[in-house]
Amino acid sequence: MCRIGAIKSKHYFHPSQALRLMIPQQEGHDNSGFAMVIQDLGGVFERFKDKPLMSLACTQKGANMVENYMEARGFTALFEWVPSITKAPGLDIKAMPHYIFQVYDYPEHFRNSTKEAKEDLLLDTRLALRAMLEKEDQGFIYSFWPDVLTLKEIGDPRDIAVYFRLWDDTGDMIAKNIVVQCRQNTNYEIVRYAAHPFFIQGYTLCANGENTFYTKNKEYQRSLNRGYIGFESDSQNFLYTLHYVLRSLKWPIKYYKHVITPLPFEEIGKRPDKDVLTLIRQTLGHLEINGPNTIISMLPDGSMLTCCDSKKLRPVIIGGDEDTMAISSEVCGLNTILPNRNRELDLYPGEREVVVITPELEVQRWKQ
Amino acid sequence: METVKTQDITCNDFSWNIEYRPERCTMCGSCVATCTFNAIEAVMERRSITVSTGYQPEPAQRHSAMPVIKQKKTVANACVGCGMCEKVCPNQAIQPVRNEDNRFNLLARAGGSPLKRGGRTNLSADRVLDKIVVGRISQMTDPSLDSERHSFDALAPFGRVLLPGELPFAVQDGNLQLTAKTPPVSWIYPVVFSDMSVGALSTRAWEAIAIATAYLNEKCNMPVRMCSGEGGMPVKLLKSEHLKYMIIQIASGHFGWNRIIKAMPHMITDPAGILIKIGQGAKPGDGGLLPAAKVAEHIQAIRGVPKADLLSPPNHQGLYSIEESVQKMHMSLNAAFKFRVPVAIKCAASATSVSVYNNLLRDPYYICGGFFLDGIQGGTGAANEVSLDHTGHPIVSKLRECYMAAVKQGRQGQIPLWAGGGIGMTGNAAADAFKMICLGANGVFMAKILPQLLGCIGNEHGRCNACNTGYCPTGICTQDPRLVKRLDIDKGAQAIVDYMLAFDQELKKLMAPIGNSSLPVGRSDALVTTDRAVADKLAIQYSC
Repeated sequence: MCRIGAIKSKHYFHPSQALRLMIPQQEGHDNSGFAMVIQDLGGVFERFKDKPLMSLACTQKGANMVENYMEARGFTALFEWVPSITKAPGLDIKAMPHYIFQVYDYPEHFRNSTKEAKEDLLLDTRLALRAMLEKEDQGFIYSFWPDVLTLKEIGDPRDIAVYFRLWDDTGDMIAKNIVVQCRQNTNYEIVRYAAHPFFIQGYTLCANGENTFYTKNKEYQRSLNRGYIGFESDSQNFLYTLHYVLRSLKWPIKYYKHVITPLPFEEIGKRPDKDVLTLIRQTLGHLEINGPNTIISMLPDGSMLTCCDSKKLRPVIIGGDEDTMAISSEVCGLNTILPNRNRELDLYPGEREVVVITPELEVQRWKQ
Repeated sequence: METVKTQDITCNDFSWNIEYRPERCTMCGSCVATCTFNAIEAVMERRSITVSTGYQPEPAQRHSAMPVIKQKKTVANACVGCGMCEKVCPNQAIQPVRNEDNRFNLLARAGGSPLKRGGRTNLSADRVLDKIVVGRISQMTDPSLDSERHSFDALAPFGRVLLPGELPFAVQDGNLQLTAKTPPVSWIYPVVFSDMSVGALSTRAWEAIAIATAYLNEKCNMPVRMCSGEGGMPVKLLKSEHLKYMIIQIASGHFGWNRIIKAMPHMITDPAGILIKIGQGAKPGDGGLLPAAKVAEHIQAIRGVPKADLLSPPNHQGLYSIEESVQKMHMSLNAAFKFRVPVAIKCAASATSVSVYNNLLRDPYYICGGFFLDGIQGGTGAANEVSLDHTGHPIVSKLRECYMAAVKQGRQGQIPLWAGGGIGMTGNAAADAFKMICLGANGVFMAKILPQLLGCIGNEHGRCNACNTGYCPTGICTQDPRLVKRLDIDKGAQAIVDYMLAFDQELKKLMAPIGNSSLPVGRSDALVTTDRAVADKLAIQYSC
């Protein structure tokens, strides 16, 4: 089972916190990788909050291909951050030759475009780069979005952290939001794109569990948006549905849960909003998920969201204090990074519940 | 050399022979009285018998004229193997046996008429569904559900479903509000009792199915719907509360619609739906057929016709395209019930089914509420045997092709796919239904299995199949009041209810291991097959 977590704070903090959240949760032989998406960046990226940041792991040839592509499309490179690396012998990591975190400025003719046009440009650019790199097997592009950085690697999370010096807080890479996962990949060939969290246009999501409606979700999602690709993991379905409900359909957030785990018909029939809920269930039946799952998601405004499958077959806990909130698969992770919080206020959401931590760190909780 | 006439007919020319044991027979006459086909008779035969009556064996042979039961040698009275003689015989003295060396197909067309019969195809009985198993079982990756304890939501849509972008929603105070009317959709049990008319069935058999339907709805919480078939409905039912469980069929003969329309102002509830029948899997390209032998007085009254062969035309007169059918027929039937009742269409599976389905998916009025696709293994009350055995299309791949065509356009589920034609042919309807659902069906419809549950003994190996004759020995497919009395409709309805309760349990027993609490529509990943060709065609996993 994947362990997943998220930390949200009023202050910038270092990704080592995310490692400290995750490592106590390791059991047996899991933790075959480490991945995180961080948002609302401080440190070296603080100056570039409105400029798209590309997260790339690639070969030298791949780096050149990306550089040429971006140049040809009129993107201007503003700032590049290359993480310091420790190549100690015996580290369990299958590292790529290059990790590039590059901030760009939009092409000249896009600078006055609408927000939507810019966001579509970023998606199309990421998709084009992904296709290009994939075709030649020269690397991976994880995200291309303002104020968002993604790191994914295969190996032991501790060793990955040593390799990228994630234990050392130099102040370079800090953020207010991190969604993180130490993954165990059972069903699919281990590929970096299969590692949560997944990202599309400001929406980040990781999930632990097994989505038994993967095939029907995938077959439906493919036709909904050009960005719904990959499907290396059955958890990508959750992200695409979140993106679809909130960004494409522009429905209020509470309807996400009604889409993925609709209420039984009998209960819908007793509700005052039964007309709406019935229509949602019948129209989006192919986005229903099944099987055991917990979802942790980060929205474009930095809100964090968590909910479970309809039978609550996977655990999750939310806890924190005035400055920092965290979501975690297991309580031990929370205890490590927030040992002094009031544990009586910890939340263990039920199968019908959705918990959202707002940008102001207010915790909202409602029943489906 | 004894003279023999080549063209003389003997019982050995027939598909079924009577095996008669005179030593067990007491000449009670029950078998002769029971046989509706008049296939046997009591006659005197000169027989050689050896008898010993003393205390010591003293065998004595003599020739003697004796009464015996004998099979008739006329084609019109050929035994159909129904076995009623065996059922009624108190002494197990008689039974029909299959005759592999028969010449019946060559004799039965005498007079220049095509062979007619009922039942299912006797040639295409090979079953793809039995080559598929549910192979994706949760084992450690995720918990299987407990079929006894978990709750399951096994319902299917009947009606036109909109695309998400078409939903008339507006956001008000953080809530979605409905701003316009949407097409009617009912969520019903994923089994529809398919269309067999009053006429094809005896009124009592039809009634038994209707009783079972109502019982399942009202006592068992299973919203099963029954389709009337093209033959109208009893007016009393049209005006009753139970109409809500009925899908009324309209086919090319419009039989029964005179009464239905007249009853409309008196209806106290809406019917569950309307099903426009374009074609039937058992005899695609042929319209309905009710031989005059079955057009009894009450059938004449319900349908408003004289006693004659009732042939529905092979197509709906005046409709020459899909678009026209949608514009005229769907629209008028939707309008008839003020757009409150879903209207669906039933077609025989055909090489062209995908084109038809694609076309319907573009229906601009959102008034096509279901695509019922009927395969070659479906049954019928009467058809030309050449149609039954040599026309039609297997349902499994056709259903899958339709579903995948919808997937390609992102329109799966918009017009619910209902598949039928051979569902439950081996008696295991839940497994058949489950597999069809995994391949993309929203639900299934089944018909032939219902008379079989009532007691029909016909099968796909030429047994009985005499539904067209008016001589149905079980009282199910005849209008002869003496034969109809053979059917105990309460027991019959109970058999259907019991079967459906078991069906429901079995469906859950299949949903639980794959970890699904709602119907796995399109979950093709749950299926595997050991047949490479089936795997390739259906895009499911091959395993060996």
